[in-house]
Amino acid sequence: MRPGPPSGGGEPAASRRPALHASTPPAGGPPGLAARIVELGEELRGEGVAIGTSELLDAFAVLPEVSWTDPPAFREALAATLAKSQDDRRVFDLVFDRFFFRAAELQAVHEGIGEGGGIDAEGAELNLEALREAIAEALREGAEGRMRDLARLAIAAFGRRGEGSGVIGVDVQRIRRALGLRGEPQLDLPPSDARREGMPRDAVRRFEQLLRAELERAQIERTEALPPARPLNDLDRALPSGPLQDLAAVHRVVAQLKRRLKTQGHESRGRKRHAHVDFRATMRASLQTGGVPVQLKYRPTRPRRPEIFVLCDVSTSVTSASVFFLSVLHALHDSFRKMRSFVFIERISEVTDVFERERDFKAVSDAIGRDAGVADISGYTDYGRVWTEFRSLVEDELHPRATVIVLGDARTNGRDPRADVFAQVAQKAGRTFWLNPEPRLYWNYGDSVIASYERFCHAFECWTTQQLEDFVRALAQPVAQGR
Amino acid sequence: MAAAPSSVADVADGLRAVGYLPSDATSLVAYLAAKLGKPVLVEGPAGVGKTELAKALARYLDRDLVRLQCYEGLDEAKALYEWNYRKQLLRIQAEGGDAGWDDVQGDIFGEEFLLQRPLMTAIAASDPVVLLIDEIDKTDQEFEAMLLELLSDFQISIPELGRVRARTQPVVLLTSNNSRELTEALKRRCLYLWLDYPSLEHELQIVRLHTPQLDDRVARRLVEVVAMVRDLDLKKPPSIAESIDWARALLLLGAQDIDRQTFVETLSIIVKHRTDLDVVAERVGVKLAARAA
Repeated sequence: MRPGPPSGGGEPAASRRPALHASTPPAGGPPGLAARIVELGEELRGEGVAIGTSELLDAFAVLPEVSWTDPPAFREALAATLAKSQDDRRVFDLVFDRFFFRAAELQAVHEGIGEGGGIDAEGAELNLEALREAIAEALREGAEGRMRDLARLAIAAFGRRGEGSGVIGVDVQRIRRALGLRGEPQLDLPPSDARREGMPRDAVRRFEQLLRAELERAQIERTEALPPARPLNDLDRALPSGPLQDLAAVHRVVAQLKRRLKTQGHESRGRKRHAHVDFRATMRASLQTGGVPVQLKYRPTRPRRPEIFVLCDVSTSVTSASVFFLSVLHALHDSFRKMRSFVFIERISEVTDVFERERDFKAVSDAIGRDAGVADISGYTDYGRVWTEFRSLVEDELHPRATVIVLGDARTNGRDPRADVFAQVAQKAGRTFWLNPEPRLYWNYGDSVIASYERFCHAFECWTTQQLEDFVRALAQPVAQGR
Repeated sequence: MAAAPSSVADVADGLRAVGYLPSDATSLVAYLAAKLGKPVLVEGPAGVGKTELAKALARYLDRDLVRLQCYEGLDEAKALYEWNYRKQLLRIQAEGGDAGWDDVQGDIFGEEFLLQRPLMTAIAASDPVVLLIDEIDKTDQEFEAMLLELLSDFQISIPELGRVRARTQPVVLLTSNNSRELTEALKRRCLYLWLDYPSLEHELQIVRLHTPQLDDRVARRLVEVVAMVRDLDLKKPPSIAESIDWARALLLLGAQDIDRQTFVETLSIIVKHRTDLDVVAERVGVKLAARAA
């Protein structure tokens, strides 16, 4: 196996040649290493890691201290200087692997080194069942070296069965499925099987990465060219986490959101359009000029905080999003004094007082789950009924400066959406927003009827924190008078 | 005074010798910090040994540890230096009326009247020290900005005295619990080290190091249970220090195994929130009983 980082020797004709060329090679490194590091830095910048010249200089400073032939130390040393947060570190690891993998492969293609189709598939006796167990064993123990070898064996075995699709992502999943590697316990397997109690998810993920790397390597060898670099997607970037860490991320954004909401709405302060003369202040100022009111004092225009009505769907179809929604609701409550909140499934229930009573988010969500009294007969959302009830509850309080926000997926379970009632509500309120936790792609598929509501409101897709911020920006814009 | 470390393995051995078991990344970064004289920003959850790392480094390098505990509202007077007003006043009064203005003015702003606070102490020390700036995320951004001069140039500007340069190069560690995002400017000047809860084997070694008399089987069981507890959604997951405390308690009680009874009785050593206690007793207690059966 070729060593991963980094490729030395004669440089390939790289298309990008950074300014800081190999003129100052770090002592002890092979020629060209400095240029490689700068390229790595550029690639990290491309993925959104803030890397300044000072970080790169630090990286050069540490390199003489570690041996570049020792991959873990090399990686840690670079990480300590280039990645300055946990998120950055994750991106760094991904980019580091990709960068040096590609650099090594490019070099191999350049110098015409091949492995002759990887492992000798004909010679090895490939008993599939034995292979399965060996892989499960290695994954359970987290033996990296064995996992890598077994990944190659598995690819060889499946290559012979002629099931390859040619698309790497598809092949990886096919091989994983054929090996029976799953996170969930598989109770139908014999007790001696390592897969019986479910594989550790991290190990399965790692094994998939190895498979992918090996498949890519084989492909590069066949075609003798590097495929275009694949930028990291959000899924790669996201922390592999349970709902717990997701919640922490939501809280972080919500905290930012609170800060932003607090400072917003002050821009309009001091606009003179509706300014009223402050008689008392004017008289006081006139004392300086002997009682002649030379300078007029105005009452400051206070920013108008909108009045907000929030309806939050807490049915099972939005379970994953309702924690997100509730914490958004919680943040909004902190920032807007005139705000009423409702949760609904089949019927509607007001929870404003719960939020006013409890300051702690966890207590709030518990209280809502316990005694908010959501009338939950069937557990299916009935939007038509919700609108009717909502209208009768707040009809007298809706006015053109009020904002109505609906958090829900607009899945009616086949019931009448009653868009006409919703239209009346939207008509009376100044602005109506809809936050949908589903990607826009799924809107109006199945029983989703968002299109019939979208005519009367601004609908936002809201399943990442970035989208939430976009919404906050829209919400904090001054309320237009009338409609 | 111990010589500067010459390799990563040196640092790892040295830290181990003073009772701190570093991970590979930890010893590498510690080595780089000592070698390059760059500050290290150590982040991680509470109780994974961030502060302990600084103490161990001080012991290993045989240097004094200067510690600045940060809190909200910490200001220059508490962190850098302060003029000793009382002494200055006494000086003026002792002088009487016959001394000229210039004499007194020059006098009372001398080093004699300077009260050194931790950062100043670390800079002015004649022997190199280890400076620990603990929980930097608790301070305000203004304080961070003030640290920048110290961290990049190891100097402090005092308006009345001029610049005070470091006589010796301290090893600087900053710790943060990640309760607030630190500024880019600060991060830029530091090496970065993320400390997480240790792996099972690593924690087992740590527990063994601190309680060598504890039965091996119990020790292994203990770290397994602690790992289980950390997986739950708790207000405060147990730290390494609490695992060690628990090990000591079990040793004292002469426990032969961690069964349900022992666990519930000693639970309060590792879990310190009322709501957490309920969750843990329910979730982990049940598992233990199931194992015993």
